[in-house]
Amino acid sequence: MFSAFMLNAWEISSIVAVVSGVVGFFVVQRANAFAAHALPNGAFAGAAAASYLGISAVIGLSVFSLAGALVIAGLSRRTRSDVATALVVVMMLSLGSLFLSFSSGYAQQVYSLLFGEVFGISRSEILPTLLISLFCMLVVLFLYRQLLYTSVVPEAAQAKGVKLAVVDLMFLLIVALTTTMAVPVVGTVLIFTLLISPAAAARSFTNKAHIAILLSVSLALTTVWASIALSYETNYPAGFFVGACGALIYASGRIYRFIHSKNSKSREATLAHILWGLAEAALTLNTDAPLGEVKDMANIDKVVENKLPMTELNQVVHLVQFISSNN
Amino acid sequence: MSNIEQNPVKLLELEGVSISRSGREVLHDVTFDIYKGKFIGLIGTNGSGKTTLLRAILGIVSPSSGHIRFPSSSKQGSSNNIGYVPQKIDFDPDMPLRARDLVALGLDGNRLGISKRKKSDKLLVDSLLEQVGGTEFANSRVGELSGGEQQRIMIAHALISKPELILLDEPLANLDLRSQVEIVTLVSNLAKDSNITVLISTHDMNPLLPVMDRIIYIANGKVASGEVSEVVTTESLSSLYGHHVEVVNLKGRILVVPEFEEGGFNFLRGIPGNEDH
Repeated sequence: MFSAFMLNAWEISSIVAVVSGVVGFFVVQRANAFAAHALPNGAFAGAAAASYLGISAVIGLSVFSLAGALVIAGLSRRTRSDVATALVVVMMLSLGSLFLSFSSGYAQQVYSLLFGEVFGISRSEILPTLLISLFCMLVVLFLYRQLLYTSVVPEAAQAKGVKLAVVDLMFLLIVALTTTMAVPVVGTVLIFTLLISPAAAARSFTNKAHIAILLSVSLALTTVWASIALSYETNYPAGFFVGACGALIYASGRIYRFIHSKNSKSREATLAHILWGLAEAALTLNTDAPLGEVKDMANIDKVVENKLPMTELNQVVHLVQFISSNN
Repeated sequence: MSNIEQNPVKLLELEGVSISRSGREVLHDVTFDIYKGKFIGLIGTNGSGKTTLLRAILGIVSPSSGHIRFPSSSKQGSSNNIGYVPQKIDFDPDMPLRARDLVALGLDGNRLGISKRKKSDKLLVDSLLEQVGGTEFANSRVGELSGGEQQRIMIAHALISKPELILLDEPLANLDLRSQVEIVTLVSNLAKDSNITVLISTHDMNPLLPVMDRIIYIANGKVASGEVSEVVTTESLSSLYGHHVEVVNLKGRILVVPEFEEGGFNFLRGIPGNEDH
């Protein structure tokens, strides 16, 4: 389980988990979950474009997700931000499908971005991932108080001279960078899970923001470590375990709050959230490439074929999640 | 405090202020002065431009014409010495933030970087919580407090930076009558103790009548200001609304009643005191 081949997987997934735990706390706190869904999709389209143009996927990923962040931030000033975000998702996905249709030969690489290749990471990818992660976390620390203040009472923060538009944009760019870094590792579907589940669960266990961030990081690490170990032992896909652990952790957080809280609103949300977590886990069980099959590159086409029809369903499930998380 | 009466200090001056929002003129040629230490009610219906006026004073919205000045302050247009309690506070009950954390954000939430809070800051938070009667729920999540408790915390949050002026936007909305009286009394007492000027917006002036020094009445984008006895009269409000309204004093409660003309029921809407009673 700790062979040289697996070491890369342990390292890179730990890095992704730490940065997801930190950034994810503010994604949940600032109600940016939909943007955290849109930007990885944008990144996916970028990778498709890069593969068509024959340039590095990372360039496509970063250009598209950063552009997505700029467009969401820009449009949000004129219209409701969920509408702006939805427009970006639609635009990006349609561009992605266009580029994919141009470049059938390279499609395999692109599809692997949907679900990531945690076991296929090379040594040389670790340092850039680490550097981007450190940068993201430093910016979050630098903006920490303003990110928190503007998420709680934006009007009061604005009255104290905080520039709302600047803070919003900076944060979306951080989400975009996190996405760029994490998509090749865990894929667009699972980065969403890692950004939301540990952070949302952490909020249930403590009343203090900084403790919630530390807890969110620990839960994200627990999720990826458990998923890799379980996947290695059982040969079921790592993605399934990430989704299932996320749902389980979130559910336990909810139950904890259910017992410790007098508030009925949070109780109602509990059931809905547990249900979507299970739906996500069930879906990744069907769509994700089992570990054995990913290792066997000859099988990749078969795996891709199985995945294809499921991606539409994925979009629907995420939409349902988005709606339930907003109620 | 006693010298306020003899020598009033002008804190804020609005002169011919007009403000447009997305092409529509919300406020037209608004002129009034605010003197230090006064408790002023900003009265108008929902959508009359109260929030826009407050945001203009905070420097968030710029007037399309006219001037907003702070004659006694060296920092022109700076909002650093204004406390603000925004309207429609709706905290997420899942948010991991205690009441005391929210108060502390009023002190340093606008700063960059992270640092451990000083002992003196913690004591200041404790003292503000005590002043608003919030000590017992200081460690509870803000999202799980009642509306009145949340308002107390927001008032502590606005006062912790020791402002000269505090703006409260509809702090009485969605509160029961008892909480309304408690909040008004609390703000009035705290303001008197620290010589803070209060500008408080509401659609119903009645809870403010016992403590209000002056009134700013907004209707039709225009403003009438002065003592309650000068502004809230049949003549003055009729000219502001542009049609006849009758000011009635009913057992110490002031009601503004429209005259029933053709389509007169339309006047009922949009007149303070007539919407939720």
